[in-house]
Amino acid sequence: MPPTDAAENTAARQTDPEAADPIRILDADGAFSPTEAAEPYLDLVTQLADADLEQFYRDMVVVRAFDTQATNLQRQGQLALWPPSRGQEAAQVGSARAARAQDHIFPSYREHVVCTIRGVDPLDIIRLMRGMTHGGWDPYDPAHGNTHIYTLVLGSQTLHATGFGMGLVFDGKTGTGEAGRDEAVIVYYGDGASSQGDVHEAMVFAASYQVPQVFFLQNNHWAISVPVSTQTRVPLARRGDGYGIPSVRVDGNDVLASFAVTRRALDEARGGAGPRAIEAVTYRMGAHTTSDDPTKYRTSDEESSWARRDPIARLRAYLRARGASDAFFEEVDAEAADGAASIRERTIALGPIPASAMFDHVYSEPHPVLQREKQWLADYEASFEEGTR
Amino acid sequence: MSSRSPVIESGSGSRADGATGAAPQAEGPGVQTMPFAKALNAGLRRAMSENDRVLLMGEDIGRLGGVFRVTEGLQASFGSQRVLDTPLAESGIVGTAIGLAMAGFRPVVEIQFDGFVFPAFDQITTQLAKLTFRHEGALRMPVVIRIPYGGHIGAVEHHQESPETYFAHTAGLRVVSPSTPNDAYWMIQDAIASDDPVIFLEPKARYWQKGEVDRAAPALPLHASRIVRRGTDVTLVGHGAMVTTLLQAAALAEGEGTSCEVVDLRSLSPIDYGPVLDSIRRTGRMVYAQEAPGFVSLGSEVAATVMTEAFYALEAPVLRVSGFDTPFPPAKLEGVYLPDPDRILEAVDRVLAY
Repeated sequence: MPPTDAAENTAARQTDPEAADPIRILDADGAFSPTEAAEPYLDLVTQLADADLEQFYRDMVVVRAFDTQATNLQRQGQLALWPPSRGQEAAQVGSARAARAQDHIFPSYREHVVCTIRGVDPLDIIRLMRGMTHGGWDPYDPAHGNTHIYTLVLGSQTLHATGFGMGLVFDGKTGTGEAGRDEAVIVYYGDGASSQGDVHEAMVFAASYQVPQVFFLQNNHWAISVPVSTQTRVPLARRGDGYGIPSVRVDGNDVLASFAVTRRALDEARGGAGPRAIEAVTYRMGAHTTSDDPTKYRTSDEESSWARRDPIARLRAYLRARGASDAFFEEVDAEAADGAASIRERTIALGPIPASAMFDHVYSEPHPVLQREKQWLADYEASFEEGTR
Repeated sequence: MSSRSPVIESGSGSRADGATGAAPQAEGPGVQTMPFAKALNAGLRRAMSENDRVLLMGEDIGRLGGVFRVTEGLQASFGSQRVLDTPLAESGIVGTAIGLAMAGFRPVVEIQFDGFVFPAFDQITTQLAKLTFRHEGALRMPVVIRIPYGGHIGAVEHHQESPETYFAHTAGLRVVSPSTPNDAYWMIQDAIASDDPVIFLEPKARYWQKGEVDRAAPALPLHASRIVRRGTDVTLVGHGAMVTTLLQAAALAEGEGTSCEVVDLRSLSPIDYGPVLDSIRRTGRMVYAQEAPGFVSLGSEVAATVMTEAFYALEAPVLRVSGFDTPFPPAKLEGVYLPDPDRILEAVDRVLAY
């Protein structure tokens, strides 16, 4: 509905979560076309080598094939559930590649490529969604790049990340000015989670203790069936100001812009400037999870309009214009196909887990109730094997 | 045994020679008489001195020293990065304590009053309690949540509740409640030393009650229950502030010719049933007393286990004396709501009638 005068225009903008233009470097056709707001970030992009850009592309294509395979595995009964990341690859790859090795990552539950970039085996994510574990990997294993496990209750992990960052402050592990040593945390959450009280409390604590934390919000427009306009009447990036947290809105389907704003935000946080917030505007091209049916709440026109802004196609066009060879694209496609085939084989080869595992690690030290119940179950099961029942 | 016998301690285990012996008769070296709240303060101070990863978090705990002054002077001694006056947000306090534990700290959180713990309930039950399990042992959660709880102080709503059942029901949490200054001093240190999350319930009615604290000899292990008065006719079991009420009831019963044994549960999860069952096998009768409502409660759980484990020793059904199954009433009615010696003795009469 076009506004008829300036006053109405102002009123409309105050109730439109899309009112602010995001920072963008690559347009939807993959042309290098920075917005004015992107100018201060261009030096971070021009520093990138062709190999970096090719790595971004490889990350995105490989995870999409993995994501598609995992969705298929769920359809075939191999997984209990799968939350697809299709469409959000640029926001995730850009931000994950912006983090330094010493940074700490707190994902929500859709950040598959963030985890694999940091060294997590994608099979560990599969095991979680197959019903074999509530976690999947050890965040303290150096092979996993300080990546914490998924959190399924929306927003809870934002506080854990803030507390972890408070620890970095208290331990003097941040803000010293040594770029190679200072640490920061980045926490992922979404437009739905942005309404959770824990996210707001995390922002209060992060600002109060000047925590080196980047709040990375992927606005994928849908919290299952509820549109972002139900969560907010203003662009979500504006909320940061209320907490004293400098915030930016970025085109989350532009991997270069996502990389640049996250690199800058993490550098500033690491350097002692306090928390930063990023709203990455993207789109969940798939269902919320494999249990969801988006046709019940959104239009095919909307889906088509976002398909034209596909983050992979955008970077592919840019790389092609820069002279990337057919061989490169073929090689990446082959790597993605091999990875997907491999994850299928490894998923199907996963064995059972022992029933006794449920009693282990409820507590870190022996617990009389669980010891008794574990023994009872073992005896009960043995009684069938011995034919005594 | 005479019902005038002194308070003695016993338990399923002891971690130091003499821990199960008679309580000290006089103040010797290291023995000092102090109120419960001061004993907690001394225990916190010692834990913080011995381990610089221990830090305290909560509302008004720094400059003010907490609304009950349990943390008085600690921020002055250890600084504002060891004793944190946090923003006023319970979920935020517990959630960031979890993150600090992930970063290698041992946070001790103060929730200002029992009824204020519920904004943090999700972080406690969904996150704190389950993170070690979720990480398959790769992560430990040495976080203590201190909660002043229970009635007897005539306060407004949300300031007199007994929420222990919610936490005892939650796998992954340890739940304890000291009832004496000596236990307060030692159990807070043991809770801080635990690698599992501990809900540490402080009976606020006892904050000003004085007792001897022996800094040289550790008390019983954190999860041991203890017979605090010997008797032969009925076993009275309870926890927290109710232990004092049980001892008062036992003294009155003695005047009527009934010998009551009193067991202080001390640990609500796990429960040390050794002394409880030992006592019931001698008396055959038991009454459980608690401030919390009776429906699905600690008393219910103990009664069910006693029936399973000591069925043939029982001469009468186990009876429970509890708060009524209402919200904690306005303070003018707390004297009616809270079990007192008379209500406990009424139950004693009933178990003796079998």
